[in-house]
Amino acid sequence: MDLERGVSKFAYSVVAVVLALLVGAVLIWASGYDVKEAYSNLFTGAFGGVYSLATTIVMSTPLLFTGLSVAFAFQCGLFNVGAEGQLYVGALTSAVVALALGWLPPVLRVGIALLAGAGAGALLGFVPGYLKAKLGAHEVITTIMLNYVATFLTTFLVKTYFKDPGPVDQTVLLPMGSRLPELIRGTRVSLGIVLGIVAVALLNHVMRRSVLGYEIQVVGQNPHAAEYGGVNVSARTVQAMMISGAVAGLAGSVEVMGTLYRFIPYFSPGYGFTGIAVAVIAGQNLWAVIPAAILFGALQSGGQTMQLFAGIPMELMTMVQGLVILFVAAPTLGRLLFGLKMRVREGGGRK
Amino acid sequence: MYAIRMENITKRFGNVVANDNVSFAAAPGEIHCLLGENGAGKSTLMRILFGLYRQDSGSIYINDNPVTISGPRDAISLGIGMVHQHFMLAEQLTVTENIVAGCEPRKNGLLDYEKARQDILEVSERYGLRVDPDAKVEDISVGQQQRVEIIKALMRGAEVLILDEPTAVLTPPEVSELFTVMRALSESGTTIIFITHKLKETMEISHSVTVLRDGKKVGTVSTEDATPESLVEMMVGRSLPVHDDCRMPPREAIALELKDISVSGRKGSRARLDNVNLDVRFGEILGIAGVDGNGQLELEEVVCGLRRPSKGRIIMSGQDLTGLDTRRIRDKGVAYIPSDRLRRGMVGSLSLSRNSVLGMHHHSYFSQRGVLLEDIIEKHAEEIIKKYDVRAESVHQPMGSLSGGNQQKMVVGRELTRPHSVVIACQPTRGLDVGAAYYIREQILDSRNKGKAVLLISAELDEILELSDRIAIIYEGQVVDVRPTGQFTERELGLLMTGERNGV
Repeated sequence: MDLERGVSKFAYSVVAVVLALLVGAVLIWASGYDVKEAYSNLFTGAFGGVYSLATTIVMSTPLLFTGLSVAFAFQCGLFNVGAEGQLYVGALTSAVVALALGWLPPVLRVGIALLAGAGAGALLGFVPGYLKAKLGAHEVITTIMLNYVATFLTTFLVKTYFKDPGPVDQTVLLPMGSRLPELIRGTRVSLGIVLGIVAVALLNHVMRRSVLGYEIQVVGQNPHAAEYGGVNVSARTVQAMMISGAVAGLAGSVEVMGTLYRFIPYFSPGYGFTGIAVAVIAGQNLWAVIPAAILFGALQSGGQTMQLFAGIPMELMTMVQGLVILFVAAPTLGRLLFGLKMRVREGGGRK
Repeated sequence: MYAIRMENITKRFGNVVANDNVSFAAAPGEIHCLLGENGAGKSTLMRILFGLYRQDSGSIYINDNPVTISGPRDAISLGIGMVHQHFMLAEQLTVTENIVAGCEPRKNGLLDYEKARQDILEVSERYGLRVDPDAKVEDISVGQQQRVEIIKALMRGAEVLILDEPTAVLTPPEVSELFTVMRALSESGTTIIFITHKLKETMEISHSVTVLRDGKKVGTVSTEDATPESLVEMMVGRSLPVHDDCRMPPREAIALELKDISVSGRKGSRARLDNVNLDVRFGEILGIAGVDGNGQLELEEVVCGLRRPSKGRIIMSGQDLTGLDTRRIRDKGVAYIPSDRLRRGMVGSLSLSRNSVLGMHHHSYFSQRGVLLEDIIEKHAEEIIKKYDVRAESVHQPMGSLSGGNQQKMVVGRELTRPHSVVIACQPTRGLDVGAAYYIREQILDSRNKGKAVLLISAELDEILELSDRIAIIYEGQVVDVRPTGQFTERELGLLMTGERNGV
């Protein structure tokens, strides 16, 4: 039953991606570009060769974490729009800790820096969780606001306390021992992607097997039933937001320690927000975050190649990303536009 | 001549045959009950008549003319109207606006509100359908909303009116008002098809009854020739014996005691519960009778720790539980069947096995060191399914996919299998068909017979009378009287429930 539902949902997502690419083709054609050239560049840029693949993985890694963060919060009925801010505090905290602990052996140093980044994200996730649980403040509003706080606070801290002596506002480069190890020599594919997959597996396990995960699901699906079942709704809400924040914080840590090797203000091109899209596509299934993140990473890296070699503006690929979300989030729209009979079975049943 | 005739209707949904060669006919002005358990195919048949489904085979005649109905629009133009169980009204609009939406009288291209209003008042007066045409739908009671739906159908020229379980949402006085309206309509020639699973109402209002079971027609009888017992047998396929009453006498020891419990209302309004004192002994059922909305929900929530009383104490077996949270109270041995199954009692999107441990998932039997013991939980769910006769495909299917009766059996099963000495059973059979309701009442009696204390809160007076050893009547948040069941007459109960203290 579960498996069947998962498969049909996945099949539907594939159809949505194809639809988005088809509509995208029309847009590319209407903008006066060669569709075939565009898409062949897109594909080679994303998957054609080691370097392209590496770029796709590098682009997917932060999305894997932010997507997981948002998807996890969804399971508790929470909409975490604050992954972007949590990513920034996680990134800066990890950078500072990794630099400060230069005297420790690399394994410990990296481990502690990662934990510190997760902790900072969790702390930033605690705030909206607490405000929601105790005061009923809607997490969408509070997380959006905290994004500004986090972005500007980290920028301020870097400029004031942690600035590289050079002309640019950024921290100094992390020494080799403070970085995540490279997976593929000569590329920036780091251990981060593996950590991301481990995080997915771990949270999936928590949701499916643990009492905590069960209670979080019950709170997310029906808070009244949770109360009835003696579940502490406030505590679970705060915990879910903290876990979600920790994962988003790790997105920043991994980006800093595995790709950029320093903290640079405004480094994120909106990973936190694209994470929302990734989570929407993944739906209720945490494993699906992995292909969803890779899809968006691929569109990003392929899009760059397309822009570089075919002269087609990157924005067209951003539009395709938007279309993917549109088709996944609105099955009815897909049906209306294309007359396709696509059944997406939902678990909810009668309401 | 028949106003409506459906012949050999068959309708399949995938492998399920919802209607199997069903024939049905109703004469003009007849009130015809369509009786059957949930899932018997009553609603499907009527949805076909109203054009919401298309039959796979079979034909429909109106006034002996064959017709094709391919949508509600066709049905309406043929003079068929349907009032659904869940109303289709725009809450923000007035009664008048709702009624005329789609067939507005116009003047100069604009809505002629005054004419619409007059038309409505006329219909409303003719049949005794009291409504305020200018009230907003969100401000009127459920009973009034139903009248709005009926007027809506009549104003579209309905000569055949389908009412889908109309009494499920009504209070007893509203039910008798509806029946008056139905009689008036019937006298003026409107045919009424009344879908229900309640025998008492069938006997009271209908001229004839057609019984469906498992998608097949069992038969049509004239109500005069029917008895409740004969109808049950047709519906269920066997007779339901009177509940077995072998039991231990109630013990002296008090299991659950409420002392001066009050729950304050919103600022300025009266208290929801006002100095309630109740006690339930081991081995007895205390029934709380009252019209819905007189403090039953507050009572249920206070006892189970979902709501804090503003005053008073709750004592169980001598222990003061006041102020404890739901988990702690329930872990002291409270089985709790909540009145709102969908909202409180289950999580529709989660599997049966997950739902089977809700509220006891933290017990060391079902989880250890924070990890759920999947195998044991599944086995537990399977046991409930078997023991409580839940019709389900697998423990992995989402609970929301079960029928209401089976959901309730699952909830009752879960609660009665947890370790408990007190049962709080709230509206335990609301919305259930006869078979399921009978079964659940049986389980409640069985609990009592095993020496458990049962607090039964129900808006169905018959249920209270049938099960309770003692009855407490609640009116506007106060307990107005408590006596052993035999010491009330039905008339007294009715008067006390509606606040007529002096009449007794």
